[in-house]
Amino acid sequence: MKRVKLLDIAHSRSGDKGDSSNIGLIAKSPEAYEIIKNRVTAKAVKEHFGSIIKGKVDRYELPNLLALNFILHDSLGGGGSQSLKNDAQGKTHGQGLLLMSIEVPDDFELSKDENRPEI
Amino acid sequence: MKEPLRIANGQGFWGDSVDAPARLVRGGPIDYLTLDYLAEVTMSIMQRQKSKNPKAGYASDFVNVMREIFPELIEKGIKVVTNAGGVNLDSCFEALRETAKELGLSGVKIGIVSGDDLLERLDELLGNGTELANMESGKPLSEIQKSIVSANVYLGAASMAEALDRGADIVIAGRVTDTGLTLAPMIHEFGWKATDYDLLAAGTVAGHILECGAQSTGGNYTRWWDVPDYANIGYPIVEAYRDGSFVLTKHEGTGGLINKQSVSEQLLYEMGEPSNYITADCVVDFRSVKLEEDGENRVRISGVKGGPATDTYKVSINHFVGYKASGSLTISGPFAVAKAEKCAEIIWQRLEDAGFKYEETSTEFLGLNSSHGDINPMPEQVNEIVLRLGVRDNDKASVERFGKELAPLITNGPPGITGFAGGRPRPQNIYAYWPALIDKDLVRPEVRVETI
Repeated sequence: MKRVKLLDIAHSRSGDKGDSSNIGLIAKSPEAYEIIKNRVTAKAVKEHFGSIIKGKVDRYELPNLLALNFILHDSLGGGGSQSLKNDAQGKTHGQGLLLMSIEVPDDFELSKDENRPEI
Repeated sequence: MKEPLRIANGQGFWGDSVDAPARLVRGGPIDYLTLDYLAEVTMSIMQRQKSKNPKAGYASDFVNVMREIFPELIEKGIKVVTNAGGVNLDSCFEALRETAKELGLSGVKIGIVSGDDLLERLDELLGNGTELANMESGKPLSEIQKSIVSANVYLGAASMAEALDRGADIVIAGRVTDTGLTLAPMIHEFGWKATDYDLLAAGTVAGHILECGAQSTGGNYTRWWDVPDYANIGYPIVEAYRDGSFVLTKHEGTGGLINKQSVSEQLLYEMGEPSNYITADCVVDFRSVKLEEDGENRVRISGVKGGPATDTYKVSINHFVGYKASGSLTISGPFAVAKAEKCAEIIWQRLEDAGFKYEETSTEFLGLNSSHGDINPMPEQVNEIVLRLGVRDNDKASVERFGKELAPLITNGPPGITGFAGGRPRPQNIYAYWPALIDKDLVRPEVRVETI
């Protein structure tokens, strides 16, 4: 097995729903979908975000879009206009999830991403 | 009936690109232009504006947009559907009438959809035993009735479609579902019925993809490095067919990109339970959505399944819960992080010594960890950091006092602090969101069509 970042195999987008945020995580290929479906559990997401998420995490599967949807409960410091957070709407949570490191089989080939800048 | 029917979105929220509507009108063919100005908190801001000025309380940006494109809309036969009316439909209509007059336009039919605003009806509704309980906490609305500043039903597409059926060229609504702005033209043009659940669901999905402007055409896209010409990003256009299928595209020659990933990202934006997406018009199962690429910057969406609407409308209520303020200082290196921590410590100490306490405070280090907490390893050194502090409290004077504690640090704290522009942070009102449900038969949507 080797380790990759979710950024290497998926897309994401996040937004707010009251005091919860949601993250859509979309795999780049059917093979990548099988991996995120197995590895990116609600528990893994909760642990990844640590103290940012005060509540539970719900997870839904959308195989038609090769996607998972996560609800991060109590993650916005009150949400809406109540929150004192710089990111009161969870706009940054999607990018945060893509930093998660996961295991993939050694022969898993990353798709070409030629325009991607070097970090 | 036009087929395909081209419906564009030129405004995803109040504050979106001021040029997007005109670029959609001028950049190629469209039949309908939708403009979405309302977020949940916008209604409370508009009610407050209206309480200070009886002619305010609608999206004034809309009138400025219309001043620029009104003649071209008439000439090209493009219709507009918008929620710009906010909490003051009459004033929005009057402003539009004035604009048409200034431009020498006449014979334009304006449809006005009202009935969403429950603020004046709350006594009656609560008196009749309607609880309007909070959907999350279950508490009855009567507990916070005195602090309510706005209460609006999310009306569906039907009333807007009726306005179009009655010949409206421009439809102005208040609080309606964002997706309804797109669905209404489809219902009108294709003659869809209230029981055509899959078709209404398809139109709702189209509305969900359009409602955030360029977020479906390369905006907020994960692989931003693949997006060409952001500066000239094309806003989204749906080419809709009467069988419920549609293609998402944008004008030729514009920047941005459309592919299955950009559409999927937007499909999941602000998504709750995907199999149970409830609007006033229907319930959509997003697990049924099929995507296929249909040429460059074109994605075909089909297969959408839906079910009947529920017996209730969602009500968006905002109530006043106190004040907050936040402000920031830029702290340069060496020792940027240590100095920022010291600055925060000094400010909180001074406020405590002066006898001020807050219900909530926040200390964030922008440039270090404010967005992602401890997901990333901390850098050993940063060149500079923005310290962002905030307070929340019921007592306005305490919040105001906080705003006076930042600037002094520049001369009486550690060295190398700057970035204090724009004056002292001022207390802002905080409105909490109270989502509720109301039986549909208690709400009376009204449609009137006026020729100006």
